[in-house]
Amino acid sequence: MATFTLNINGKKQEVDVDPSTPILWVLRDHLNMVGTKFGCGIAQCGACTIHLDGTATRSCILPVSSIGDKKITTIEGLSENGDHPVQKAWLEVDVPQCGYCQAGQIMTASALLEKNPNPTDEEIETAMNGNICRCGTYVRIRKAVKMASES
Amino acid sequence: MTLIKTKIGRRAFIRNTGLASGGLVLGFNWLASCKMTPEQVNAMPKEWFELNGFLKIGDNGMVTIMSPNPEIGQNVKTAMPMIVAEELDVAWKDVIVEQAPLNTDIFTRQLAGGSQSIRQGWESLRMTGATARQMLKEAAAQTWQVPVDEITTSEGRLHHAASDKSAGYGEMASIAAGLEVPEEVLLKETGEFKIIGTDRKNVDGPKIVTGKPLFGLDIQREGMLIAMIVHPPAFGMKYKSMDATAAMAMPGIKDVFPVVVYPEDAEKQWSDGGAIAEQVAIVGNSTWECMQAKKALEIEWEEASTLESSVYHDEALSSLLNTTPKEAARKDGDVEKAFKSAAKIVESVYTAPFLAHNTMEPMNFFAHVTPEKAELLGPIQTPEFLEKTLVSVLGMPAEKIDIMMTRMGGGFGRRLYGTFAVEAAVISQKMQAPIKLVYSREDDMTQGTYRPSYKVRYKAGLDDQGNLIAWHVRGAGTNDDLIFENRFPAGAVDNYLAEKHSLQTNVTTGAWRAPRSNFIAGAEQAFMDEVAEAAGKDPIAFRLELFERAKNNPVGNPENNDYDPERYAGVLKLVQEKSGWTDGANSGKSRGVSAYYCHNSYVAQVMDLTMDGDRPNIDKVWCAVDCGIVINPLSAKNQIEGGIVDGIGHATYSALSFSNGQTDQKNFDTYRLIRNMEAPKEIESFFVDNGIDPTGLGEPSLPPIMGALANALYRATGRRHYHQPFINDKPPLVG
Repeated sequence: MATFTLNINGKKQEVDVDPSTPILWVLRDHLNMVGTKFGCGIAQCGACTIHLDGTATRSCILPVSSIGDKKITTIEGLSENGDHPVQKAWLEVDVPQCGYCQAGQIMTASALLEKNPNPTDEEIETAMNGNICRCGTYVRIRKAVKMASES
Repeated sequence: MTLIKTKIGRRAFIRNTGLASGGLVLGFNWLASCKMTPEQVNAMPKEWFELNGFLKIGDNGMVTIMSPNPEIGQNVKTAMPMIVAEELDVAWKDVIVEQAPLNTDIFTRQLAGGSQSIRQGWESLRMTGATARQMLKEAAAQTWQVPVDEITTSEGRLHHAASDKSAGYGEMASIAAGLEVPEEVLLKETGEFKIIGTDRKNVDGPKIVTGKPLFGLDIQREGMLIAMIVHPPAFGMKYKSMDATAAMAMPGIKDVFPVVVYPEDAEKQWSDGGAIAEQVAIVGNSTWECMQAKKALEIEWEEASTLESSVYHDEALSSLLNTTPKEAARKDGDVEKAFKSAAKIVESVYTAPFLAHNTMEPMNFFAHVTPEKAELLGPIQTPEFLEKTLVSVLGMPAEKIDIMMTRMGGGFGRRLYGTFAVEAAVISQKMQAPIKLVYSREDDMTQGTYRPSYKVRYKAGLDDQGNLIAWHVRGAGTNDDLIFENRFPAGAVDNYLAEKHSLQTNVTTGAWRAPRSNFIAGAEQAFMDEVAEAAGKDPIAFRLELFERAKNNPVGNPENNDYDPERYAGVLKLVQEKSGWTDGANSGKSRGVSAYYCHNSYVAQVMDLTMDGDRPNIDKVWCAVDCGIVINPLSAKNQIEGGIVDGIGHATYSALSFSNGQTDQKNFDTYRLIRNMEAPKEIESFFVDNGIDPTGLGEPSLPPIMGALANALYRATGRRHYHQPFINDKPPLVG
């Protein structure tokens, strides 16, 4: 066990955990921030996507000891009132079916738009290709990312 | 207005009055941590009045409608309350939706499966709303001393035109809650619908996009421990012994023990398919600690039955295809004789592998079992059957068992088989503590209840005019005999023979989105394309000829045919029109068509694709659907799109294979699921508007798309694909 001070959604959080613990489980089990989802544990599905210093990152294979003072943003901290343009577009297009993968999709999409505010259709597909949606909402995901980029 | 006896609702309401006969009823939210916005708090009524088990009305007119069925992403949590709200005649903005717990006294068929929630709930949901509206009208009639027949309603308000009196539902709710349930109620005519048939957004949307706790895996409770299980590493193996010394010494670990989940005398339900009698449980403070301890466990397993491999399944299914079964499933005319006189014969074999469900949220369940009661909370498609099993396994009466469903991170049939919830309950009972059982992705994928593997052979005979004169289908599957003998083209061909076999295997199989149809539709519709080509006819025209035959001059007793040829032809004609069907001649794209009927709904699809080297780019899918009345077009289209993407994905990329009883794929690095770039660029859906009572949409769009894909690929490459997943077909589709 070791103590780590993390910067999560602009707030300092202290946790006492095994240094190998992935940030996903620190968030979910230790900080009760369950918006970031567990899907595969091997960085293949994207359900656990967070922003690390603004870059979309898989939290399921990211040990807490590797974070240092990097800034973590989770779905809970993406916007104050759930009104980030990507979240608004997701609601407008009515993207979710089961909804489980959508936090990860939204985190990937918002990181993309941060770096590339006007992505082409191809850039959207490429950026979103790492996030699996088992319900198959891909067509709506693309549409919502496009809509958010135009807002 | 249609007058209808409240026969279904009546029974439920009488029982319900014993539970809560009006008055103040406290709302319940399983997740107290879900904070409401200030606007929502201001809008909350001071008092709620329950009119029946489905709904309660606040003193300010807000209405809470319970959604009875489990939500797995098929969006019944929005659609079912929409039906109630329609007949209650309230504004949708004034409706709050809550997930109902399992309560067999109030609700019937609390199950997510077979695309049946809307179809089977339709009448009782309407009556629920209409009965409450009638009670509110009675309350107003009594209060205003006017005849009840003169009272009208609109958007949550009661009106009496003659006396110019008007009141909100909230003002009459307390009186209405004390009234007798009416014997008969009036239902709206379909033309009067204001909510049904309009686009309504997912009621959980705002919580989903902000990461609020909604799913079973999100449950946190004071004093809750995490549990994981270790199941046998292969089908055909069972637990023998273990050394848990190292695991027990690891940080955060509370206990490690072998656990008999299903004692020998346990009364199992069909939902316990895949039950493993004895496993190893690890209980600890956190998921990560349990995952680490699992790796340190030394467990000895022993062989209990054959350790099967895919080579065996493949050979055994092939052998069955060459075996004539004792009895035919259906026989019209004489196919052998017809084949002898046929001008042309077409014959093909189609195959598909096992598939895992791979819901994005792995199996999990919360359980808190004490000697006094059992509380179960989590993702389950079959709560009623779970309760029955728990009565037997826990040795507790049903009254002491509370089961609540969470929103599910996908179902696809996997959560029909709730053995994970039984495991959670038994572990909690042993630990005397609240626990959340969590499966890793590997646990989920390697010990599933899989879609069976299948093989089917089709043989068709054509006369010299290109008419279909004989059709022979023989199919086989693992633990499943695959063939629906009374589906199309049965009834449309003079000489028809359907035969089926099932291969016994110790690999657990079960329902996977659109069981059997998820393979046989694609095979049948790809073969139909081959036959139409051999006949020298346009594939749509060829099918329409057969539907005409089934409609005007059916072979055998038409009652036996499991489809309506007119509705079937209807979707085909609609997609023909909308896609501007020209068999690809003018579009510059390669075009395939397919149509199928299952789960009471009709679907026809046209797909356009272009090849980019070895890679198919799917440009567009047109989809025509006849599911009767569409409750919520916005989400109905979402289901159609999802089924299409799911079908393309599994036909092209996914497979589960076995070596010595173990799955060769254990996680998403080796089990390939369709990804964003591989989905169609565009999907456009159309509905047949016929006012027929609604049927379901969770499954029907998936099966036919596999045929449309195979047929479009053939137009593009000149090669027919017979073996799923097409990516592994020889030579491979994608280089």
